[in-house]
Amino acid sequence: MKPHLISAADLTRQDALLVLDTADELSRLSDRPIKKLPTLRGRTVVNLFFEDSTRTRISFEAAAKRLSADVINFSAKGSSVAKGESLKDTALTLEAMGADGVVIRHSASGAPHRLAGWIRGSVINAGDGSHEHPTQALLDAFTIRRRFGRRSGTPSRGGTGEGLDGLRVTIVGDVLHSRVARSNVWLLHTLGAEVTLVAPPTLLPVAVDTWPCSVSYNLDASLPKSDVVMMLRVQRERMHTAFFPSVREYSRRYGLDGVRLRQLPDDAIVMHPGPMNRGVEIAADVADSPRSTVVEQVSNGVSVRMAVLYLLLGGSGEAQ
Amino acid sequence: MTHGVSPADRHPDSAGDMTGDEDRQDSKVVLERAEISRALTRIAHEIIERTRGAEQVVLLGIPTRGVPLAERLAAGIRQVEGAHVPCGSLDITMYRDDLRLRPARTLGETLVPADGIDGKTVVLVDDVLYSGRTARAALDALNDLGRPRAVQLAVLVDRGHRELPIRADYVGKNLPTSQQEMVRVLLAETDGEDAVLLGHAAGHPAGAIRRTAPGAGADTAGRDR
Repeated sequence: MKPHLISAADLTRQDALLVLDTADELSRLSDRPIKKLPTLRGRTVVNLFFEDSTRTRISFEAAAKRLSADVINFSAKGSSVAKGESLKDTALTLEAMGADGVVIRHSASGAPHRLAGWIRGSVINAGDGSHEHPTQALLDAFTIRRRFGRRSGTPSRGGTGEGLDGLRVTIVGDVLHSRVARSNVWLLHTLGAEVTLVAPPTLLPVAVDTWPCSVSYNLDASLPKSDVVMMLRVQRERMHTAFFPSVREYSRRYGLDGVRLRQLPDDAIVMHPGPMNRGVEIAADVADSPRSTVVEQVSNGVSVRMAVLYLLLGGSGEAQ
Repeated sequence: MTHGVSPADRHPDSAGDMTGDEDRQDSKVVLERAEISRALTRIAHEIIERTRGAEQVVLLGIPTRGVPLAERLAAGIRQVEGAHVPCGSLDITMYRDDLRLRPARTLGETLVPADGIDGKTVVLVDDVLYSGRTARAALDALNDLGRPRAVQLAVLVDRGHRELPIRADYVGKNLPTSQQEMVRVLLAETDGEDAVLLGHAAGHPAGAIRRTAPGAGADTAGRDR
C-alpha cells in the first residue's frame, strides 16, 4: 500500500481487500466491553477540515480514538486560515507539531496531493472538491460485501477475502459534483463489480467515457439489472448554473421512490452516502426501508477508517 | 477458520513463508505426527487434572497455529472427560510491542466463545514459546476482553530464550535450541501435515533479520515474538 490514501485508483485489488478484511476484524470491536485498542498509542492524527462535515469528521475521530491515537481537530473556521493563512503554512505548522497522520477535507480538488508533498506523515483524503473521497468508497464496498458476502456460505465473516465480482452497481444522480461517485467507480471496478452511472447529461463530467464504467440516462431501464443502487446527493451548494429545469422534474426522472424500489431485484440494496435530500433524490419511505443501508454505512465507516489508519500508521514501511 | 483463505495466506510474515519442500532440505524432524498427538493427549489430561475436570475452562488459540491446537485439545478433553470445553481464538497483532518496527501486519481472527471469559480459567494455546512476547501481548489482549479467574499457557514446543518473566503451564516438548535455529510447527489443518521441524535460519532472509536485530521482533525464526 502507498503511504498516503489520496485516490481510490491508487489501491490495487490486494490493497483494497486488505483494508476490507482488516475492517472486518476491527468491526468486532464494537461488540466488546472495551472498544479500544492500544495500537496507535503515542501517534498523533490531525483532522484538518476546511469544509463542513459531520459524518466523516466524527467517524475519523472515533476511529483514531479507538486505536488510542491522539487526535487534534482543526476546522478552518476559528483558525488562522480565516486570517488568510495558506495551506502550505498550515501544513508546515502541522509538520512542526509532529503529526503522524493528517486527515484532510478541502474544497479544492488536489489539496491532499499537494499536502502530501509538504509533510512527512501519511495524508488521508477525506474528500477534496469534486475529485475523490476514497474512504467513503471503501466503506461502501465494505457494506456491499457484508450484505452480499453472506450469500456465499460464510455467515459470520461476510465474505472475507472476496471481491465484489459480478455484482451490478448503479450510481445515480449528480455524478458531476460527486467525489463519492468517482472514488466508487474506481474502487468497485478494482474489486470486480460492474458499475453503471445514471444521470442527466448535464450532471455527467466531460471525460466520463474514460472511466471504467458504463453510462445511461434512463433510470427505469437500469433498475431491474441492479444489485446495488447508490443514490447521490444533489449538491446544490456546488451548482452555480442550472443543471436541470426544476427539482421536481429531477426527482421525477432520477429520484428513487417506492414505485421504482419495486422494480429492483428482491435482494437488491439501496445506498446513500449522506446527507440525504429526502424527497429529492430519495423518497423518505425508501430511505427508511429495510433495503436502505444508510445507517449501516455510517457504522461501517468507523471500522473502515480504523483499518485505513492502522494500515497507514500502525507500522513502519508499507503494509503488505 | 470458516473462510476460504488459508491462514498461511493471511499471515505472510508469520513463519508461513516457506514451502514444505524448502523446509525439509536442511532441517530435521524433531516431533512426528504420533508424537504431537501424544503430547496433546497428555496436555489435555493435565488440563483436566489441574482445573479439576476442566469445568469453567475456555481454550483460546493464538492465530495461526494455536487455533487448531486449541481445537484438538478441546476434542481431547471431550474424549476423556465428556465435558464440552468452549474454544476460540485470540489475535494479538494489535497488542504487539514491535508494531512500529515493521510494516502493518494482517490481522488474525479473534473469536471469543459466546459465554465470554469472565470468571473462567482461560488456557492460551500457541505452537511455539520463544521470547514470551506473544504471551505478554495475549495477556494485554485478554485484559480488554474481560476478567478471567485465571490464565494459563499451553504450548506445543518450548524452545527457550525467554526475554520476559513468562513460563508455560503445559508444554508438549522442551526443545533446547540456539537462537540461530528456527522451529517450524506444521499442522494438518494449516499445512497439510503434522510435524515439528528444527532447521538453521542461516541463509534465510528472515534469519538475517533475526540476527541483526536480536529481540527486536522479526518473528519468522520463532513465531513467538
